[in-house]
Amino acid sequence: MDFTFTEEQTMSAQALGELLGDVCTGADLRALADGTLAGGAGRWQRLAAIGLPGALGPESAGGMGLTEADFVLLAEETGRAALPEPLVAHAGVAVPMLAELAAAGVSGGVPEALERAVSGAACVVVAHPLEDYIAGVDTAELALAGAGVGQVALCRRDELRLLPQASLDPLQPLVRITLPAGRESLLPGAPQVAEGLWRRARMRTMVFAAAQMLGLAARMVGIAVSYAGERRQFGRPIGANQAIKHHLATVQVKLEFARPVVYAAAAMLADAFQAGGPAAALPPLVEARVLQAKLAAADAADLAARTAIQVHGAIGYSWELDLQFYAKRAWALAALNGNRNQMQRRIQELLFGGGIETGPDRLFTN
Amino acid sequence: MAIALHYTQAERALRAEARAWLAAHVPAVPLPSFDTRAGFDAHRAWERELHAGGWSMVTWPREYGGRGLNLVEWLVFEEEYHRADAPGRVNQNGLFLFGPTLMEYGTPGQKARFLPRLAAGDDIWAQAWSEPQAGSDLAALRTTAIQDGDEYVISGHKIWSSRAVYADWCFGLFRTDPASERHRGLSYIVVPLSAPGVRVRPIAQLDGEPGFAEIFFDEVHVPVANRIGAEGQGWEIAMATAGFERGLMLRSPARFQRTAARLVELYRRHAADCDPALASTVAQCWMDADAYALSTYMTAARLIAGGRIGVEASLNKVFWSELDLAMHRAAQSILGARAALMREAPDAADAGGWVEGFLFSLAGPIYAGANEIQRNIIAERLLGLPRGPA
Ligand SMILES: Cc1cc2nc3c(=O)[nH]c(=O)nc-3n(C[C@H](O)[C@H](O)[C@H](O)COP(=O)(O)OP(=O)(O)OC[C@H]3O[C@@H](n4cnc5c(N)ncnc54)[C@H](O)[C@@H]3O)c2cc1C
Repeated sequence: MDFTFTEEQTMSAQALGELLGDVCTGADLRALADGTLAGGAGRWQRLAAIGLPGALGPESAGGMGLTEADFVLLAEETGRAALPEPLVAHAGVAVPMLAELAAAGVSGGVPEALERAVSGAACVVVAHPLEDYIAGVDTAELALAGAGVGQVALCRRDELRLLPQASLDPLQPLVRITLPAGRESLLPGAPQVAEGLWRRARMRTMVFAAAQMLGLAARMVGIAVSYAGERRQFGRPIGANQAIKHHLATVQVKLEFARPVVYAAAAMLADAFQAGGPAAALPPLVEARVLQAKLAAADAADLAARTAIQVHGAIGYSWELDLQFYAKRAWALAALNGNRNQMQRRIQELLFGGGIETGPDRLFTN
Repeated sequence: MAIALHYTQAERALRAEARAWLAAHVPAVPLPSFDTRAGFDAHRAWERELHAGGWSMVTWPREYGGRGLNLVEWLVFEEEYHRADAPGRVNQNGLFLFGPTLMEYGTPGQKARFLPRLAAGDDIWAQAWSEPQAGSDLAALRTTAIQDGDEYVISGHKIWSSRAVYADWCFGLFRTDPASERHRGLSYIVVPLSAPGVRVRPIAQLDGEPGFAEIFFDEVHVPVANRIGAEGQGWEIAMATAGFERGLMLRSPARFQRTAARLVELYRRHAADCDPALASTVAQCWMDADAYALSTYMTAARLIAGGRIGVEASLNKVFWSELDLAMHRAAQSILGARAALMREAPDAADAGGWVEGFLFSLAGPIYAGANEIQRNIIAERLLGLPRGPA
């Protein structure tokens, strides 16, 4: 039993954080949101140069061969920066799904797409059949989609019917996509494999969304703390008042108790994926842990966002402040791919339906 | 070092060994409250039995009666202990607060003198820090210990000392420099509660039992050798103890996981009568108990790798105390009118104990440093907000 990241894992995350600190500043986000800067100023190329798009790609396809437990800290860093590009959907979800398709012997352009996705030459997003909206489509060249969970199709963006939605998060606008009619599944006659692949994709999406929300929450606490130290009213910094201190301390407690859940969920997911193929059922405790991770991180990020706005007063309610980009990303991530209500219901099914055993010795799958 | 969330062969073997021993030794009928004379004696006997089995303080070195286990192994043992509903630890303040302090700051002679008797339950310890005028503001304490030759002479008044009514010893914080103020001039001294000049006045808690006490010191003489650490080092040592108290050991996650499991069971039994919102509350309690456990595993791994526990102990304190309260409040909701019955009531049935637990959970946000103070610490020392009252 060991619950520490390796030095390599923490150093890679730190390096990514530093890179994003340079190329994904609040000013960069604002320029993008105000439409004064198009195309992300080469950020995707910078991320590709350090191999990130292929982080979870197999080494045989030129990837880094990392697991979910390795990627969770990287996803957290992209959250901290509110990275506009869909790196997490691409590297954390699409690439492993393409790799799983390739490993299942699927051709139909999959090996080629995998290679181009791993190098970052093509950005791929995942449109889960049960999810209404996806983000990052404008950056993507390809999308993994399906008319239902029994099918998987790999489509070029120009093949899809896109219905853009006015979106809360100005940096990751949402789109409803519809598949071209009569599109064949890449896995004809193997709907259970397709279902398994979609289940995995969804679990990865959730746990990495949770990781991003940890980063976002920490970022928002940081912004609020520094403002509370500077802004003066009644002759003292507003942060010297206990009401402000206690609000922010409460956020910090929520955040720090979401963190171990997210890390454990990623590690348990990696173990479960390694233990069985895509069609294998996921242990209920692992599924519950992933849902719990997203729930806990979303609660922490939501409280961080609301608290940070309150701590800022009127300027917190203005478009002027960069805080909005982090808050809106957090709310969008919380709403997509299973919101609080949906996850609570599923966890209750697992917990009260007897799928999960409770008790002090039941923390892990042992 | 890398994340590996599964138990090793050795950890599994330890679990099996602990489970078997506990199955054979945990009393079938719960012991009476350790805040009663009979209950205290029964719990002391249980401490002796645990010690004879080698389970009283598993993380301590063998020379002091322990097993030399690491913190992850300790968590495994605690999981089994609470899974078996084994008795509460009457000596917990000694074992989990004084013991680690002594391990770090005591002389070899002091360790040899106190630790084995502590582990064996021969000495039960109470913590004597708070005073009527020094609660949250502990540095305002006034009880003095004035050196006279090779003795200290202690005079003053401590209060809220848990289990002091029947305990053998106390570890206290005293002002050894009467001219000093605040954190300076304090020393950490241990005092036998049987010493001449010590008077203990029981104070009943919300459940009616004398769970804590006032301790009056009227020129109590103790040898200078009873001082732990240097003269004037008391505050530093006490804060290290506070870290243990808020942090890792005193509130092992297994206790809350056991309560969460009982709550889930209670909900399952009564689900048909419950508002759907309660399902969500109960599920949240289960998740939060596991979150606390996962956090403790992460901290344990960090400490094993050479890290130290610092201000983040305050995060733990806030989280476990609020969780414990939330779980008991959820149970109260499920129980309906029986939430007004104490354990001995003829109709208590499965309400038994939840009400007592609810009362005790109200103390969690107060003792070991009130949660308001913990939030001040988090804000100022962890987040870096401006210091000072406002
Ligand atoms: C069950 C139980 C067991 C205990 N066991 C022991 C023991 O074994 N040994 C021992 O020494 N002590 C013990 N204590 C005492 C405990 O440490 C104190 O109760 C605690 O430190 C708070 O002090 P107080 O009770 O004097 O409250 P006060 O300090 O008077 O506080 C009252 C209220 O005011 C708030 N408050 C105080 N100062 C501030 C501030 N600066 N900012 C915001 N809010 C503030 C507090 O948070 C609290 O809500 C025990 C207490 C309980 C309830």
